[in-house]
Amino acid sequence: MRELWNVSSSPHVRSHEGTKNLMLDVALALLPATAFGVYRFGPYALCLILVSVGFALLTEYVFEVWTGRENTIMDGSALVTGLLLGLNLPPYVPLWIAMLGSIFAVLVVKQLFGGIGQNIMNPAMAARCFLLISFAGYMNDFPVLDGMSSVTPLTAMRNGEAVDLAAMFTGLTNGTIGEISTLAILLGALYLLIKKVIDWVIPVTYLGTFAVFMLIFGGHGADPYYLAAQLCGGGLMIGAWFMATDYTTSPITEKGRVVYGILLGVLTGIYRLWGASAGGVSYALIFCNLLVPLIERVTIPKPFGWEGQKNG
Amino acid sequence: MNSYLERLYNGIVKENPTFILMLGMCPTLAVTTSAFNGLGMGLSTMAVLVVSNLLISALRQVIPDKVRIPAYIVIVASLVTIVQLLIQAYIPALYEALGIYIPLIVVNCIILGRAEAYASKNPPMLAVFDGLGMGLGFSIALTCIGFFRELIGAGTVLSGTPFAYSLPEIYEPVSIFVLAPGAFLVLALIIAFLNAMNIQNNGKKKVEGCDGSCGTCGKAETCSDAGKR
Repeated sequence: MRELWNVSSSPHVRSHEGTKNLMLDVALALLPATAFGVYRFGPYALCLILVSVGFALLTEYVFEVWTGRENTIMDGSALVTGLLLGLNLPPYVPLWIAMLGSIFAVLVVKQLFGGIGQNIMNPAMAARCFLLISFAGYMNDFPVLDGMSSVTPLTAMRNGEAVDLAAMFTGLTNGTIGEISTLAILLGALYLLIKKVIDWVIPVTYLGTFAVFMLIFGGHGADPYYLAAQLCGGGLMIGAWFMATDYTTSPITEKGRVVYGILLGVLTGIYRLWGASAGGVSYALIFCNLLVPLIERVTIPKPFGWEGQKNG
Repeated sequence: MNSYLERLYNGIVKENPTFILMLGMCPTLAVTTSAFNGLGMGLSTMAVLVVSNLLISALRQVIPDKVRIPAYIVIVASLVTIVQLLIQAYIPALYEALGIYIPLIVVNCIILGRAEAYASKNPPMLAVFDGLGMGLGFSIALTCIGFFRELIGAGTVLSGTPFAYSLPEIYEPVSIFVLAPGAFLVLALIIAFLNAMNIQNNGKKKVEGCDGSCGTCGKAETCSDAGKR
């Protein structure tokens, strides 16, 4: 009996998943939110998204050609960065803001730190903060839509006004292009969860901690309407499901993810309640991104057989 | 080169306190919101540095080694007080803008660093030129950072001076550049640019016949750059 046995070293099971299909999955999962934003705010919103995606890709391409690096434009990471940035812009900002934000995200936050996998912060979030700080006027300017007020639900709640929870859930409200519809974001998140692109730990601990924090400090007690409105308002949903789960800037250890989610929840709560503006997800995210290496360092799991020993 | 001029060159170019030694980062990042503030900070520091170098160098035989740091601090602090009162009296606008950072010149590590590393070991005149070089290097660096931060972040050029100029209305100032993150960004970009220039210049100075592999080169023992490539 002569059989050829293939003798090889591990790994024996290989996955066909790579950066490319993961990123395309994320882009696909963002489609409902994108489509809803465009439907809600009109073709100009689409223009903004296209500009920010286009410039993210262009910046990546030009920088990599210029510095003679391997071209990563096809792996889709710049596409996702541009798309996320576009979705986090108010619907009627000038096009050059999207352009500047994209260039900052890819050039400064991603490429200058070493390209894909090396960025210290989520590029799209860092760029949004950059724009928020630099052009507060444009970035907080929301249009008046079919007779609705020009303030976002979060600002309205902060001012003590009543908000319409159903509208916030479906997305018939005001805000940045991609954050308005909780339903569309959850659809995308469900897709990512089913495809196992993201893990539920970070978003769930994030949202859970945030809810508990608001319950204790929000000043409305156990009012489910207020809590639900806080959860659906602003960039919390898109931040928790799409930004906090970014591979590069979230911890890889299991315990680390829990710590990261809890920190995000507490910080977002603090910013929302006592910060200068109504939203706080972007700042909480980039701040926690910076803590990720520390979180990972203290949560490294013990190798099998070393459990009883101290400090390895 | 004349050793006095060498001191100046050393302070401004070769060992520029901000761009090469990375000393005195606190005032560098904090007060360079405009070219005028940067220049003001740089010149006040230079004034203190020159005189403190002179005094410390002149007293270097007298000051006991064990208490030299407190002695330096006393000298520097007295000088800073003088400078602070002078600025307050004659340039109140600058005094307002620099605020707490004027008294903080006392603990500026460039000043203490030069006292410890140079003035305490060299004759007074050389120490003065060392202070002058370092001070000029610091002033130029701060003015430079301030210039770009002001230009990008506020859309003005040299505001606060008689040569003030504003960019046309169409330019939207990117106000993050006059805030703290902008200081880091501009400083990093300038240093990156200077390093790129340095690397390019060093590349040109290659020894004739050098192919970059020191291991196989017969001249490796006499070559001053051996092992660096």
